[in-house]
Amino acid sequence: MAQVNQIKIAQPKLSIKIRRLLFDNSVPLLFIVICLAGVYFSKLPLVFILNTLLSRITRNSFLVLALVIPVIAGLGLNFGIVIGAMAGQFAIIIVTHYKIAGFPGFLMCLLLATPIAILFGIITAMLLNRTKGQEMITSMIAGFFANGVYQFILLFLVGTLIPIKNPDLVLSRGIGIRNTIDLATETGLKYALDNVFKYPLFNVLVAISIALLIGLCMDYYLKRKKGYEGIDNFKFITQIIIMAFVLGVSLYIIMTGSILRTVKLPILTSLFIAALWSFNELVMKTKLGQDFRTVGHDMEIAKISGINIERTRIIAMVISTVFAAWGQIIFLQNIGTLSTYGSHVQIATFSIAAILLGGASVTKATSGQAILGIILFHTLFIVSPKAGNNLFGDAQIGEFFRAFISYGVIGVALGLHAWNKRIQAMRKRLEIV
Amino acid sequence: MIELIKKYINNIGLPRLIITLLFIGICVTAIIIGLPVGLLASDVIRRFGMFGVLALAMVPAIQCGTGPNFALPIGIICGLLGSLMTIEFGLTSPVLGYGFISAVLISLPFAIISGWLYGILLNKIKGSEMLVATYTGFSIVSFLQIGWVTLPFTHPEMRWPIGKGLRVTVSLESTFGGVLNRLWGINVGGVYIPTGLLLFFIGCCWLVWLFSRSKSGIEMITAGANPKFAAAAGINVDKNRIIGTILSTIIGAIGIIVYSLSFGFLQLYLAPLYMAFPAVAAVLIGGASTSKVKISHVIIGTFLFQGLLTVALPVANQMFPEGNLSEVLRMIVQNGIILYALTKMGGES
Amino acid sequence: MAEEYVLQMKNIQKEYYGNKVLKGVNLSVKKGEIHGLIGENGAGKSTLMNILFGMPVIHSTGGYSGNIYINSKKVDIKSPFEAMKIGIGMVHQEFMLIPNFTITENIKLNREITQDNLISKVFKSERLKTLNSSAMAEDARKALHRVGLNIDEWVTIAGLPVGYMQFVEIAREIDKTGIKLLVFDEPTAVLTESEASNLISAMKRLAEAGIAILFITHRLSEVISAADNITVLRDGELVAVKAKKDTDVIELAEIMVGRKVDLKSKSEQSRKYKDKEVILEIKDLQVDMPGERVKGVDLGIYKGEIFGIGGLAGQGKVGIANGIMGLYPSKGEVFFKGKKLDLNNTRGAINKGLAFVSEDRRGMGLLLDHSLELNIVITTMQNKGKFLKRFGIFSQLDNKEIREYANKMIKDLDIRCIRPQQLTRQLSGGNQQKVCVARALTLNPEVLFVSEPTRGIDIGAKKLVLDLLVKLNTELGMTIIMTSSELVELRSICDRIAIISNGKVEGILKPSNSDREFGLMMAGEYRRMQREEATIND
Repeated sequence: MAQVNQIKIAQPKLSIKIRRLLFDNSVPLLFIVICLAGVYFSKLPLVFILNTLLSRITRNSFLVLALVIPVIAGLGLNFGIVIGAMAGQFAIIIVTHYKIAGFPGFLMCLLLATPIAILFGIITAMLLNRTKGQEMITSMIAGFFANGVYQFILLFLVGTLIPIKNPDLVLSRGIGIRNTIDLATETGLKYALDNVFKYPLFNVLVAISIALLIGLCMDYYLKRKKGYEGIDNFKFITQIIIMAFVLGVSLYIIMTGSILRTVKLPILTSLFIAALWSFNELVMKTKLGQDFRTVGHDMEIAKISGINIERTRIIAMVISTVFAAWGQIIFLQNIGTLSTYGSHVQIATFSIAAILLGGASVTKATSGQAILGIILFHTLFIVSPKAGNNLFGDAQIGEFFRAFISYGVIGVALGLHAWNKRIQAMRKRLEIV
Repeated sequence: MIELIKKYINNIGLPRLIITLLFIGICVTAIIIGLPVGLLASDVIRRFGMFGVLALAMVPAIQCGTGPNFALPIGIICGLLGSLMTIEFGLTSPVLGYGFISAVLISLPFAIISGWLYGILLNKIKGSEMLVATYTGFSIVSFLQIGWVTLPFTHPEMRWPIGKGLRVTVSLESTFGGVLNRLWGINVGGVYIPTGLLLFFIGCCWLVWLFSRSKSGIEMITAGANPKFAAAAGINVDKNRIIGTILSTIIGAIGIIVYSLSFGFLQLYLAPLYMAFPAVAAVLIGGASTSKVKISHVIIGTFLFQGLLTVALPVANQMFPEGNLSEVLRMIVQNGIILYALTKMGGES
Repeated sequence: MAEEYVLQMKNIQKEYYGNKVLKGVNLSVKKGEIHGLIGENGAGKSTLMNILFGMPVIHSTGGYSGNIYINSKKVDIKSPFEAMKIGIGMVHQEFMLIPNFTITENIKLNREITQDNLISKVFKSERLKTLNSSAMAEDARKALHRVGLNIDEWVTIAGLPVGYMQFVEIAREIDKTGIKLLVFDEPTAVLTESEASNLISAMKRLAEAGIAILFITHRLSEVISAADNITVLRDGELVAVKAKKDTDVIELAEIMVGRKVDLKSKSEQSRKYKDKEVILEIKDLQVDMPGERVKGVDLGIYKGEIFGIGGLAGQGKVGIANGIMGLYPSKGEVFFKGKKLDLNNTRGAINKGLAFVSEDRRGMGLLLDHSLELNIVITTMQNKGKFLKRFGIFSQLDNKEIREYANKMIKDLDIRCIRPQQLTRQLSGGNQQKVCVARALTLNPEVLFVSEPTRGIDIGAKKLVLDLLVKLNTELGMTIIMTSSELVELRSICDRIAIISNGKVEGILKPSNSDREFGLMMAGEYRRMQREEATIND
């Protein structure tokens, strides 16, 4: 009997692994260099950059993390998070109307936004199910369309069909919501989440990096003990190195008494972000997560295997939309002003550009890439005007540069994905045997 | 009877029917509330002529199989460059249409080259044309923002008086602004008809129609209608897609020149960003799909869409003085019809 | 003895839109038996399997009649899911594997092992349960062991050789609890010889363990080596069930192919062979057409003959015409009237005098949403510049000329339509085919390639199309090269027929050659047998 012999699929050589790591992460690496250059040329004080960066990261991360699951489920980059953002804004308007302030007000927003976002998510997903293969352009146009409906409701139905009499919210003629709503009032929501508890950043980083180092080592030890053969030594070492680096820098900053010690981290907000990150990871360990992956990789095979692909995609979209709604609420409580007709408009572009800068693609995204991308994107945002001024004598060029990066990064990612998709389709047809 | 109505509605498509009825409804409302009909009609006709050529640019793109040209901003930038260079070099003599003809001519080489390069890109990403087109357009517009600030234009009418770079809007009053609108314009019963403008638009439509009945035109349409069939007939599909893209870019360049002169201003920086969408929506409303289009779709669609928006504005202002109902209506109608067309794409992959 | 039967299909009949594709077929497989199922294309094998698996296409076209028994219990299989539940598994020709998933993930696709966690208990949801990776890995290892593939279960599929991938497919099926019957649909088509023999060993191992195996193939030598019993289908009918020891490759070939054929009259045949000028010479032609790869074909075609190219589906016969006409990447040499023909150049081929009626009528053969008159003239217009009015470098359609010509074609070929502007989408299959032929004729070709001329056409129209081809040949002296899966058709109008197997010419026969020779060639056994006989005689 011809038995197939023992096959040991060897792990590739270290040099190949390093090369692959560099290649897969070429985008974030490139932008780390650009950001460092930008920081240098802007000549801005590090404390200022770090403070601004921290507040931007904590207010935007939730939104960007909401993009991860749709990518895994094969829906591509969810340009429709703007629809979730609008749900969040509806909630904020209602809560502001009823003058529920502070943290309770914030929680109320989350509660109100959720059913609205679920409904929006289901409708959007049903639309995407009817345009399989063109999901991204559909979600983009759906976002524009929803914006039109949103404006219609807030400009023309409020005061007529929806009776709200509130001079703070409504325009002078009695119809339509104001263009800007101040959330920094006594009954407002500004910093409702952030101010609950703040703590110096680097102290937190020290604690986290120590905890993660211990955790990683224990995990590795356990895996080795069980004789689990899929151990990726390389990945383990890379993670240890990164953690050690963070630990080292944080300890250095604390011990040298640098002014950077005063940078404070809003704890509850960070917990929210950490919770979403964990959610993204935990969901992937469930059957639902595996279904997302299956549908994301190959809808045909998923269907034949008996998975309800339409329903799975709807669930993915609803999750993303709800988190986008919450993310927009977190965003606005930090900014303190709701620009009723404008706050949500660029959300999709900025969030998607951010996650792409972190190394994600149309078919692959992780929470880590989301956070890395936010750091890079917003650093660029902060330093570009000044850097442009110092390099080219015009701050405007810096601003234009960052707008171009936003669109350009998305354009390139979409182009590469489309090209890849075509090559895959051609390979499949030619039956690479 | 009901079956017949159902079939009729299916053929036209529910959204189109709704939009047509909406248009008729708003026109009737306008007359009832006593708005100046003559002025309104003049406005409708003017905007019809103004937007028409931009919508026409969709035709070669859809015909050659690349779908509606969401990257119209590329052609628009070429047209803007042509116009700017016309003003810069003072090529605005009456013989050259006060700059209109020179703007068109100068923008041609830009449009041909960029259309050619963009066409090569499109050939590499078959199947995802619309999405990649949109973001290519966005990227180029945002990139040119840097261009408008740094390009060495010196004409005082275009530059900021202090500071660097070109203004956000450049007035065409002293050059070719309104040149086609005034040409052979006639007043009929209180309605001003910009004959020159309309003739130019119809003329462009006629040229495109002639092309689609020529050997090369049929070749391009065949390549777009069924690439496998075309290949079997010895037609080079990729080459024809590039030709279609070049033509679309050229018409887009001409389109923005016509639009700008009718509007009276050149709009730079972020203005072209979303300009593809009304053009796409117009042909779709006229009856086109993402893979089939006729000249009649352009004419009917532009008239319906722009007419609707034009009449809706004063009507809405009477009812809701605050807030721009026309703009909101545009967002809903424009994006709604594109969504509808996307869901109908069905068996195309 | 009856309890031993895992599967019994009795008197299965199936009609597709009035066309009877299964006319009362019986099939029985015992526990632990390897049962071979052979037949030409269109014999009904796929339809029978679709019925067994409860595929939606069966139910949406009127269902079937007859009975199916699993372990002597009558069953009514309404979906692939039900088939799986009953214990029927299928190893498809096209693998249902996700390349970026591990072997374990593929084996456990949508049958993952889960355990409850806090959230799933609270929300009472199946989908929120946590995946139990170690249990799944354990199951995967067991399944791999049963098929004899010793590979780590956490390896990803991408990059594995085709043979291993197929074993993973099998492992997936046998991991399904209660698998009683495993169907292999043309499993060796994509395998190398050694991989194929590995597969057959694996099959025997599984059979020994008690699983019933249904082995569908056209490779007669394989089926003789692997199967215990063999069922032969032909034209939707069961023609024979033989035990291995009672038959051999030659007999099977004969049964598979044999049927009554109306041969061309002798006198016509002898007339043809007087003028033997080679008009098209093909040397070592290789064509990369997915699914119909040509791996080195040599042919010489005489002027004025009707030359047939036959063979089973996927063996390459369709690729020959497609390759010469430049529709798929080709290599080799082709000489037309003594001069070398540029390959990969469709326009060149057309301009030299070759025309092609494609087998893909609706896909490649027609512009469905355009008028039938345009469809007829377009290739000639694009390649020879006719049907146009010229104005210097500009041109415009000459509608009048097109209309007149189309009307003539409609009359000559009897194309049933309302008017020449009618969209081809609205025509019947037979008339659509006539439009395709009309288009090819407009080119005035010297050689006409026709692929699957009567596919999807009703019986009445079939004869008309074939008669048309004969007319073109006898009246206009056109050389016709006809590719078809229907041997009967080929044997009724061709002068000579080449049978293609495994991308190469297995042999060239005259219509009057024996069924046995045709059968052996179709099964790809002819050359092998000749070689064996030669070595024996040495």
